[in-house]
Amino acid sequence: MAEFLQFFFSGLTVGTVYALVALGFTLIYNASDVINFAQGEFVMLGGMSTVFLALAGVPVPFAALIAVIVTAAVGLALHRFAIEPARGASPVALIMITIGASIFLRGVAQIVFDKRFHSLPPVLGAEPFRFGGAAVLPQSLVVFAGAGIIVMLLWQFVDRTMLGKAIIATAANRLAARLVGIDTRRIVGLSFVISAAIGAVAGILVTPITLTSYDVGTLLALKGFAAAMLGGIGSALGAVIGGLLLGMFEAFSAGYISSQYKDAVAFLVILAVLFAMPQGVLGRGKVERV
Amino acid sequence: MITFSRAGWNIACGLAVLLASGFQASAQIKIGSVLSVTGPASFLGDPEKKTLEMYVDEINAKGGVNGEKLRLIVYDDGGDANNARTFATRLVEEDKIVAMIGGTTTGSTLAMIPVFEDAQIPFISLAGAIQIIEPVRKWVFKTPHTDKMACEKIFADLRGRNLTTIALISGTDAFGKSMRDQCVAAAPRSGITIAYEESYGPRDSDMTPQLTNIRNRAGVQAVVNPGFGQGPAIVTRNYRQLGITAPLYQSHGVASKQFIELAGPAAEGVRLPAAALLVADKLADNDPQKAVVVNYSRTYQNKTGQAVSTFGGHAYDGLMIFVQAMQRAKSADRIKVRDEIEKTKGYVGTGGIVNMSPADHMGLDLSAFRMLEIKNGDWTLGSDAKS
Repeated sequence: MAEFLQFFFSGLTVGTVYALVALGFTLIYNASDVINFAQGEFVMLGGMSTVFLALAGVPVPFAALIAVIVTAAVGLALHRFAIEPARGASPVALIMITIGASIFLRGVAQIVFDKRFHSLPPVLGAEPFRFGGAAVLPQSLVVFAGAGIIVMLLWQFVDRTMLGKAIIATAANRLAARLVGIDTRRIVGLSFVISAAIGAVAGILVTPITLTSYDVGTLLALKGFAAAMLGGIGSALGAVIGGLLLGMFEAFSAGYISSQYKDAVAFLVILAVLFAMPQGVLGRGKVERV
Repeated sequence: MITFSRAGWNIACGLAVLLASGFQASAQIKIGSVLSVTGPASFLGDPEKKTLEMYVDEINAKGGVNGEKLRLIVYDDGGDANNARTFATRLVEEDKIVAMIGGTTTGSTLAMIPVFEDAQIPFISLAGAIQIIEPVRKWVFKTPHTDKMACEKIFADLRGRNLTTIALISGTDAFGKSMRDQCVAAAPRSGITIAYEESYGPRDSDMTPQLTNIRNRAGVQAVVNPGFGQGPAIVTRNYRQLGITAPLYQSHGVASKQFIELAGPAAEGVRLPAAALLVADKLADNDPQKAVVVNYSRTYQNKTGQAVSTFGGHAYDGLMIFVQAMQRAKSADRIKVRDEIEKTKGYVGTGGIVNMSPADHMGLDLSAFRMLEIKNGDWTLGSDAKS
């Protein structure tokens, strides 16, 4: 039982990060049909900017705040200067643009920051506590709490504000949204900003546990994308569930089956799930969108 | 008229410079180098390049070797073995070098070996893998110690503490895999039983499931982690998080200050084998390597403002072995130089004391490694278990 809990918390921590990345994918996909493969770079930018601002003497909370703002600005710039000018292009072309942007951001990060690994001090100390025989890091709780708050805020924003409703409207039907006077261009830009900010927060929260470097984004984007597909691309709740599931698959297959094949096992499970439910766990069929 | 004569003067000057440089070029010993100065292995290649340039300048300032100046030609392969091979051909055919120092990574080195074997040019590699010198190739040498030696050093230390049943947790990157294989091969001969094995991906961010399994395995007395990059730092943190009390051994792959920074307090008590260079200031004064490593690390730190790394040290050793071979051969004839490199005996370098032979083109033994223990956030020299 103790090891089950240990694997569970391991999967939950890693899965939370995947969930936040998947959430970023979902937001942008909903608003623009673009799968933004630079999503992982937002996570990297959040972590690395905080590390370097902190090294420059800025207190960590302020450093984190500035890092989120910087990353959000990068997200906006990505939309303004790369996605927006190619407005009429097919989604595949736009996806390629985001892959290019991801390579570009990684290259810039290598020069602006450096190529080494970095860490941040954990918020609540590094001493693990015992929970039913499992050793859990307090920072894991911070990650859970942070992710929970993000999801709640996002839900409140989408559900309660005019701007949030406009995002839903754009996601549901872009043409109709434009007809009722929603500036869909601005909404797509907004979705990039929010996605970037979510990525940055995720990056800052997990850096004390997982460390960060200029190239952490690539793998996170892949895992986050897999999580979004698993949950059903386009569904925010699905993204969260998909991320957590993926983390669990990895941790349990590493623990119970073989660490050698844990990624393979995780992806096999995803394939199996998608085979049985082609729309993902919570995905909507295309029919519903018509 | 004045302008005309000035033009004439300029041409004369130009010709003189040209002649002089042409003359100089003929009296130069050309050393080629292909290093991974940029790309994923840049943390290896960059200090190597700086070291070579620094010491070639210094040697030239002192009058060169046998009265001839050295000229260093460095190409950057960006960590790509294909580029390395192209540059190797260029060094042989266009630059017409006398000797080759470099090949930062094992991949680059293996790609370049056929070129220099064909051209019969002495090639001192700076890469780690044992495959470079086993089987022995006539023209190929290397300065860094091998993974196998690191395993043997760890095992010797384990035996000294009477810990003979161990678990391995290794990264699945090239370094981790290679060292894991060497450790598994070396274990029976060293009297060590590997009771259990786990692995992790080079980009994994949580190893608690694997370590939980190791913790639950009865009889495991110590854990060895062959790995490179951030993986070992996370393993070390997770190890303490789970409260595992068996001693943890890391490899020479993480022998840098950065590992201590990343692993933080969790690194306390971790042991690892490393070159003497890392603990230059802590070596006993009568240590044979003390003078050379202190000298090199001071020079490197003063010139570059960066902390010294073993990788730059490998380049230093390669250059010095070559220079001393030329001094003994009293010429820059590549066949004579090759023979003299092979006869290198008792060269005290940053990587250890080198005794080459026709059967051993590296010439290091286990004394090249020091067993370090991390205490109070810094290296300390462990009680060296003699093997």
